[in-house]
Amino acid sequence: MTALAAVRDARRRRLRRTSAVIGAVGVLALLLVLASLSLGRPTLGPGTVLRAIAGSGDAAAGFIVVDLRLPRVVAAVLVGAAFGLAGAVFQAVLRNPLASPDIVGVTQGASAAAVVAVLSLGLVGVPVSLAALVGGVVVAAISLALAGRSGTAGSRFVLIGIAVAFLTNAVIGFLLTRADIRAAQGALVWLVGSLSSLPWDQLAPAAIAIAILAAGIGFLSPRLRVLQLGPELASGLGIRVGRTRLLLLAFAIALVGVGTALAGPIAFVALAAPPIARALVSDAGAALAGSALVGAAELVGADLVAQNALPDAQLPAGVVTGILGAPVLLLLLARRARSEAVTA
Amino acid sequence: MTPAGSAHPAEGLRGEDLRLRYDGADVVRGIDLRIRPGAVTAIVGANGCGKSTLLRGLARQLVPHAGSVTLDGADVRRLPSRELARRVGLLPQQPSAPEGIGVADLVSRGRYPHHGFLGGWDATDSAAVAAALEETGVSELASASVDQLSGGQRQRVWIALALAQEPEILLLDEPTTFLDLAHQLEVLDLLARLNRVRGTTVAMVLHDLGLAARYADDLVVLKEGRILAAGAPGEVLDAELVADAFGLDALVIPDPVTGTPLVVPRGTASGLG
Repeated sequence: MTALAAVRDARRRRLRRTSAVIGAVGVLALLLVLASLSLGRPTLGPGTVLRAIAGSGDAAAGFIVVDLRLPRVVAAVLVGAAFGLAGAVFQAVLRNPLASPDIVGVTQGASAAAVVAVLSLGLVGVPVSLAALVGGVVVAAISLALAGRSGTAGSRFVLIGIAVAFLTNAVIGFLLTRADIRAAQGALVWLVGSLSSLPWDQLAPAAIAIAILAAGIGFLSPRLRVLQLGPELASGLGIRVGRTRLLLLAFAIALVGVGTALAGPIAFVALAAPPIARALVSDAGAALAGSALVGAAELVGADLVAQNALPDAQLPAGVVTGILGAPVLLLLLARRARSEAVTA
Repeated sequence: MTPAGSAHPAEGLRGEDLRLRYDGADVVRGIDLRIRPGAVTAIVGANGCGKSTLLRGLARQLVPHAGSVTLDGADVRRLPSRELARRVGLLPQQPSAPEGIGVADLVSRGRYPHHGFLGGWDATDSAAVAAALEETGVSELASASVDQLSGGQRQRVWIALALAQEPEILLLDEPTTFLDLAHQLEVLDLLARLNRVRGTTVAMVLHDLGLAARYADDLVVLKEGRILAAGAPGEVLDAELVADAFGLDALVIPDPVTGTPLVVPRGTASGLG
């Protein structure tokens, strides 16, 4: 094989593998969406669901599917994709698999602001979501400022983020222990993260914001591939390293802020979706699209289980993401460790 | 791009009264230096003399607090990043590859500065990557994972990445570190061949004086952030210079193989020998 053929072949195989994984995870996510629309009380057949979405079914099924179930599933897709994508950006930019918005304080900042809004200011609904969005962004900005000029470089920002996360957690704990028990219960439900049925007029602006942020990240993704080679090489290849990193992190932080505002701090998706996607693609890219789809599938699946696992109660989705996601991640890591041991 | 064997009327890369700080300390303290186009330049000096910092300054990785770096007379700080990257490449001392990356994928990322605003891979890119893999002798490894390569193979892959970038001037920070002697020679032979065949200007930091003298057209000796001596190795390298730059009591004799100066240490100048 000539070198040119080898280069073309390697590139073709990489792209084919990536699109195969994206296709497969996409189909899985779609099936989970359909299942979420079908299952519940009452359980509807897939035909009924599709007719209801097309607007040609009977009115009762249409109400259940389109008005009750669809907004919740759309919220799960949006939030899962936002968290998965944000996690992938964090891990690639900071070159650290532990760097995830829910480890470095973005999520905690959003939670603290929401808890303050609920317990101290007595707010409910949209204002709480907005407080969470602002809180997440402000805490992330504090961490970045504390990390200083070289801040976006690797472990320093992660460590500062962890410290800030503990600090905000202390604030949350303090407020919860001093609050009235019923108010605290309400705040706790928010803190676990759940997908309540949101009206379309709240979902639409979030969807637009997530789409814009995702497009911005997509535009920067060729630069991210070069950034993965480390700051010196990336800068030598014509990337403005500090500026590009900051921009990517800002997009990711905003994604987490919007996602948390919609659904609360749902655990584990941002941390686990990217390594799952990377293990499936087995590519050294950031697996941005794959992570977004894995995140969406993970959260839709978790919410499906949360809604239907117990006969007499609904669990918050945030309880299930960890229970379901952790074994998948562990399995993939174990399998990869074994294949590395074989090839080494 | 500079075609092989063409004349170099251009100025090339030049530092003028260059002063660089690193972690708040003055490391490069006023250096005037021209990286002669078409030549192989080796920058040597004792640990901490500022040779890596100088290289990073020349590559615009550090902003000088005084003086300037110019490329064909234009201040590099005014050049767009990608244009500079198409003309000057830098291979850092210990680059780290993303986990699990394939050789062809890694080398392909060197094409970034040639892509437009929206990117887009075309036949030129594939051809450049293939040529880079061939010239560095790693085309057999195109689909291998970088994690599985030996140190010598890995270094050739990194050089292939720099070649895919197709710079006129290639700067390398200690390209032979952590390689055994045979692989050190292999890498330096490769760079000499690139210089000869592609006409790429090569400037590298080396720690081995003998190898620097053997492979360089121009030798630049640094001490405490200033140039102690510069010129053809045969003309500048003598026992006095070795004592001054490295604090080493040494005999400088003609290398029996190449005739270039060979440094044979007796001991440190403070008197072990």
